Amino acid sequence: MADFDDPTVIVDDVHIVYRVYGASGSRNSPAAAFSRIVRRRRPPSMREVHAVRGVSFVAHKGEAIGIVGSNGSGKSTLLRAIAGLLPPHTGKVYTNGQPSLLGVNAALMNDLTGERNVVLGCLAMGMTPAQVKQNYQQIVDFSGINERGDFISLPMRTYSSGMAARLRFSIAAAKTHDVLLIDEALATGDASFQRRSEERVRELRGQAGTVFVVSHQNKTIRDMCERTIWLESGVIRMDGDTEEVVAAYEEFSGRRS
Amino acid sequence: MGEGVELAVTDLSASARAAGGAGAAPPPDTTDLSELARRYGLGVSGARPGLIEYARQVWGRRHFIVTFASSKLAAQYTTARLGQLWQVVTPLVNAAVYFLIFGVLLGTHRGIQNYIAYLCVGVFIFNFTQQAVQSGTRSIPGNLTLIRALHFPRACLPVAATISQLQQLVLSMVVLSGIVLLTGEPLTWRWFLVIPAILLQSMFNAGLVLIVARLAAKTTDLSQLVPFVMRVWMYGSGVFYSTAIFSRHAPHAVSTLLNANPAYVFISLMRRSLMSSVPRDMVPGHLWLKAVLWAVVVGIGGFVFFWKAEEEYGRG
Repeated sequence: MADFDDPTVIVDDVHIVYRVYGASGSRNSPAAAFSRIVRRRRPPSMREVHAVRGVSFVAHKGEAIGIVGSNGSGKSTLLRAIAGLLPPHTGKVYTNGQPSLLGVNAALMNDLTGERNVVLGCLAMGMTPAQVKQNYQQIVDFSGINERGDFISLPMRTYSSGMAARLRFSIAAAKTHDVLLIDEALATGDASFQRRSEERVRELRGQAGTVFVVSHQNKTIRDMCERTIWLESGVIRMDGDTEEVVAAYEEFSGRRS
Repeated sequence: MGEGVELAVTDLSASARAAGGAGAAPPPDTTDLSELARRYGLGVSGARPGLIEYARQVWGRRHFIVTFASSKLAAQYTTARLGQLWQVVTPLVNAAVYFLIFGVLLGTHRGIQNYIAYLCVGVFIFNFTQQAVQSGTRSIPGNLTLIRALHFPRACLPVAATISQLQQLVLSMVVLSGIVLLTGEPLTWRWFLVIPAILLQSMFNAGLVLIVARLAAKTTDLSQLVPFVMRVWMYGSGVFYSTAIFSRHAPHAVSTLLNANPAYVFISLMRRSLMSSVPRDMVPGHLWLKAVLWAVVVGIGGFVFFWKAEEEYGRG
């Protein structure tokens, strides 16, 4: 394996288990809860979801890797684990530097104005107040939130889902990243925003060592990635050249529908 | 240029896996991968940094902490018509309720000269700790989406919860000063002692909140239990009455315990600083020493305790 470029991300037999509370079972009364405690059983309302089951691969410098798979196949979970945001149950993820996740669900505070959210998001990513001030206008312009009136000074809960997603993406994209993980971030917003964001991702890719893209739009994957990993039920089904893998995936999903 | 080779190789393994079907892929040699990571100097993603480095990172996010804290506080009242006025009204109403019950109905004010000021100091200062701890139980579960989206030292969240309550306290202190002056206490140089007293209490609170935050992140049941614990603590902290009524006939150990109670120590410090009508013998001895000890031990201990589980936060 020494022939390859330097590895930037190594995923080593990673398993991820979510613990979900409140996934209520059949009997969920106080009396049932008490008898459970007495008999030392696990609450039925707590379920474990085994989202990623033993995934291993190596990514190298300069690679753009697409990740495809049906809904709930563990793609987003895997990206979060690579970003170090969701600790794996067993196994290890090794990375070169701190990967950054560009997701549409990078949550912000709904009760606060868009303006406040931009500032908070930037500060949380480690920018200084001076850098925030410098980037602020650019982020707002990029998001296009203010195209139809002064929406940035309204609380986020008043935004449409598309607007909120645009703002989140704009905040996350304001920083340069070593290893970049893009989770469905390109699918949000209207056509003009999509064009802008794809452009921005290409820019970021130029600066980043390695890029991962999760998308349900196979065209995006074909456009951006040379290598693709197909994940199904938390297991790698295929890993290789984009054309081949996406074609196989398309056949699989076409057959099922 | 190694790309072509690499793609060819991954292709091979891919077809092997595809042939085996889902789940049948043989697990690759794990020692090999960790060895590879070691050879290229890759670190474990999201690994917990050393304690000093972690403290440095938290300090680096101080602007985030302060902005987050004030935003949280502001967001709390955005839907209320009176808005930010509630920040002042809430503690006032709180004090009024306790005055009605303990001052008027139960008459626990015996032996206390300026009962209204005595009560208000107790309520406001205890409220600082109480609110901080209660928001601490929510600081990890309540911000899970933020934790799963962005990378920052998680201790920022409990610390921000404390700062948020500190900002609330500063507002309350303005109201409190008014009450204390109106009830006939003179303005003395001792009022300056309010500042170190609040700082020490903040440090103690931050440590406590960090501890509670880690526990509540694992055990969600804790947030149900905390209000009761806090209420018991409040009744033992001389908020409404002098704890002398417990300790007068009790064994020595009980009074020692009551006098070491950090909440009682911080409340007494504030009373001694603001109120000339509270005589020295009405508060426990060695107040400042106890306050510093509590602040340092719990403050630093809480930080270390929280840091030890840094990688765990955010796991579902």
